[in-house]
Order: sequence, then structure tokens, then C-alpha cells
Amino acid sequence: MLKYIFNELGEYFILLGKVISKPEKWSIFYRQTMREFIAVGINSVAIIAIISFFMGAAVGLQTAYNTENPMYPKYLIGLGTRDSMILEFSSSVAALILAGKVGSSIASEIGTMRVTEQIDALEMMGVNSASYLILPKITAAIIFNPFLTLLSIIVGIGGGYLACTQMGGITSEDFIYGLQYGFIPFYITYSLIKTLFFAFIITSVSAYQGYYVSGGSLEVGRASTKAVVFSCLLILLFNVILTQLLLRK
Amino acid sequence: MISVRHLYKSFNGREVLTDISVDFKPGITNLIIGQSGSGKTVLLKSIIGLHEIDSGEVWFENVLFNKLDFKGKKEIRKEIGMLFQGSALFDSLTVEQNVRFPLDMFTDKTLEEKTERVNFCLNRVNILNSNNLFPAELSGGMRKRVAIARAISLNPKYLFCDEPNSGLDPKTAILIDELIHEITGEYQITTIINTHDMNSVMEIGEKILFISEGVKCWEGNKDQIFDSDNEKLNDFVFATSLAKKLKKNNNQKEKV
Repeated sequence: MLKYIFNELGEYFILLGKVISKPEKWSIFYRQTMREFIAVGINSVAIIAIISFFMGAAVGLQTAYNTENPMYPKYLIGLGTRDSMILEFSSSVAALILAGKVGSSIASEIGTMRVTEQIDALEMMGVNSASYLILPKITAAIIFNPFLTLLSIIVGIGGGYLACTQMGGITSEDFIYGLQYGFIPFYITYSLIKTLFFAFIITSVSAYQGYYVSGGSLEVGRASTKAVVFSCLLILLFNVILTQLLLRK
Repeated sequence: MISVRHLYKSFNGREVLTDISVDFKPGITNLIIGQSGSGKTVLLKSIIGLHEIDSGEVWFENVLFNKLDFKGKKEIRKEIGMLFQGSALFDSLTVEQNVRFPLDMFTDKTLEEKTERVNFCLNRVNILNSNNLFPAELSGGMRKRVAIARAISLNPKYLFCDEPNSGLDPKTAILIDELIHEITGEYQITTIINTHDMNSVMEIGEKILFISEGVKCWEGNKDQIFDSDNEKLNDFVFATSLAKKLKKNNNQKEKV
């Protein structure tokens, strides 16, 4: 088991070594990265917005039901929704969703290229296939995912606001006061730092799973599943590590 | 010219190629034939460095290819065109973009010059008015031809074809064979073709290497193949009843 883990880790870092190298041609790298902005980023905007809206609404309503005691000020609902979205939901939960959507897509795309010899064709031409295929994906995700996180925070808080003011028995003023109350700007920085790590994990781990596929469509499917599982596990692990490192007083 | 000397290759301790030595000359079609699993594809991939060999030498002209580092191999690979068994066209690119890909990667030509070259290559393989189609929209034969166009776009000195006829009907297969043969002669390319298609052997087998269970068993050309008394070669070449009848007729003619 230990041998297997070290073997996988070794192969992963060897692949990263190949990935992080000077692109063959900057113009082609730029074009590929633009393409990945759409595949990895823009195509995820809708799902992130929808999920964040309902996540924010549910968090707001749950906070409202848990603070029905008149001892608790009503603005706590706004505060709770804000902090939950910024600290956890918009970075970690959104990353888990992206691991499912983007991660499986990357693993199956690269895996299919491997089993249909398209990667061999690139290597034959003298192209560094790892860098050509994977570096634009990592770059695009690292640049775009922070915007997805910000979008998720805004839409999530919007969802919480709508749900709570319409169904949670709280006034608009109370909710907005709660949003402003005791705001710590570093929480946004913390959330964005986590997002950068998660973007790297999702793209690199999924690409690794796809890149070393051998066999046929069955193995590509397995690689896709493994990409999602390992990405999610690593996201959860790094969530704990980064929280301890960044929020420790 | 490509020369292979005492090449050995194994996977997980199982020897797949044993002591292969052969020369492949330019301007003629060199065929590697053998049963499925005999080691043809491994030999081809070992020659071009997609598999690391255990021991032996692979020479491209006067350059010992298998001892080169990544950069050195990259320089040689720019002179290599490769036609894969499944064509290996990039799914996300159109026909034109596929053929233009090596030009985009390795030349500083203008877009007009590249488009001109792409159209020339596509015309050469008789693909017309399909520049904007994606590989999924092409037939098997068209895909092979586009792959040939991509392989020759950089004017390669060496062309490798891994079972170019697999999955094609006999008529299209002959067209592909003829195309490869013509291009080889026209540009004096050193062409190596992996095949187990006997039509190819009879049509374009200017030099034939027969391997069985990873061992070189016979070397010759399409005219010599009928007269060979190599048992393994005869078992392979004349496996079908049609081929047996051909050989019988040939022997009878010789007696007369």
C-alpha cells in the first residue's frame, strides 16, 4: 500500500516536472489557455451560480430557524450566511462541485487522447505533450477560479437574502446590518488562497489520472472516477491544513 | 537510412523483441510484417523512441538516436512523420488545423504560407473541400489520408505507418498503400510500414522484414516471398485459402 502511494506520488511529481516547463510557443500557449478559460471557467459559471444561490438560501434559512430565540439578534442571520459562504461554501464546497464537473472532464479528455494515441502523436512530433495539454488547464483554472469564488459569495449571499427576507422572518435592514457587522476582510483573502490551491489540485490531479491511462474506454471511465475521488479527498485535506495555517491566531 | 542493431526490448521481464538487426533504405517502402502480437508495433515504437529499448542501437543516418537526450530526439522527430493505427487526429481541431499543427508548432511561416502548405498536402492526399470538418465527421479512409497529410506537412525525411490499412475496405486500403508508396518515391522518404495485410505486401513490399515472436525470421522483397522456404513465413503469408491457391498457381507456372 505504502509502495503504491509513493509510486503514485513519484509519478505525479515527475509529470508536474514535465508540465511546468517553458511552452513550445507562447502564441499557442496563449490560444490554448484562452480555450481552457471557456472549458474550465466560463462553462462552470452557471452551475456555480445556481448551486451557490440555493446553498446561500439554505444556509440563511437554517441560521434563521436556529436563531428563533428572541435572545439572539436577527442580524446574526445575515452574519452567519456571509461567513458561511465566504469561509467554507464558496471555496471548499464549490471546489468539490468543480472537482466533479471539471475534474472528470479533464481526466476523460486526456485519457481519451492517451488511448487513441493522440498523446503519442504529439510526442512523435517532438511536442512536450504534458506541458502542451496540462499547463493551459492549470493556468486557466488558477486565474479563473478566484472569480468563480467571488461570484459564488455574491450569489450565495443574494440567495440567503432573498430566502430570509421572503421566508425567514427577517427584515432587509437586519440582514444587511448582519452582512456588515464585524466583517473581517482577511476572510476573503483566506477564501481566495484556498481557491488557488483547490484549482491546482483539481486540474493537476485529474490531468495526472488521464495522462497515465492505459487500455480502453473502461479505463478512461475509471480514471475519471479516480480523478474526482482523489481531487475531493485532497481538497478536504488541504482545506483543514490551510484553515489551520491561515486562521490560527 | 535507418539502421537497427541488436535491438532488445522487454516488458516486466518478458522479452518482446530479441536481437533485431535491419537496415531501412530511403525511397522504398519498407514493410514489417508478422502476426498480431509478434512485436511489430513495439519494434516501430522502439525505433522512434516511444519505448525505451533494453539494449541495441537505432541509427538515423549517422546519429545514434536511442542515446540522444530529449532535446536531441526532438530535433530528429521534427523530421519524422507518423501515421498511427487509429489515425490519432486531434478531435478538437478541424482537418485544416490538424494538418497545420506541426507548421504552427515548429515554423515561423505566415498564416497564408501555412494555409498554402496545408492545402497542398490535402490536395496531395485527395482531400478536397473538407478543411473545416472535424475528424468525427470523416470516414476511416479520409481520416487516414488527413493523417498522411499531417505527417508530410513538414516534409519529413522519415515516415512511419502503423497498420495504415486496419479497418479499411480492400479498395480504400489499396489507395492508401499507393499513396504512401508514391509519396515515398516522390520525396525519397525512408518509410517503414507495420502491416499484416497481405495485399500491402504484394503491392508495395519493396523490402519486407518478417518477425515472429519478437525474432527476425526473414528479410526480402515481394518477389522473393513466393520462393521462400521459411516455414514460419509461409504459414503466415499463405494462411488464407486465396493465398494458398495463388502459390499453387505460381508453382505450376514455374514448372511449365
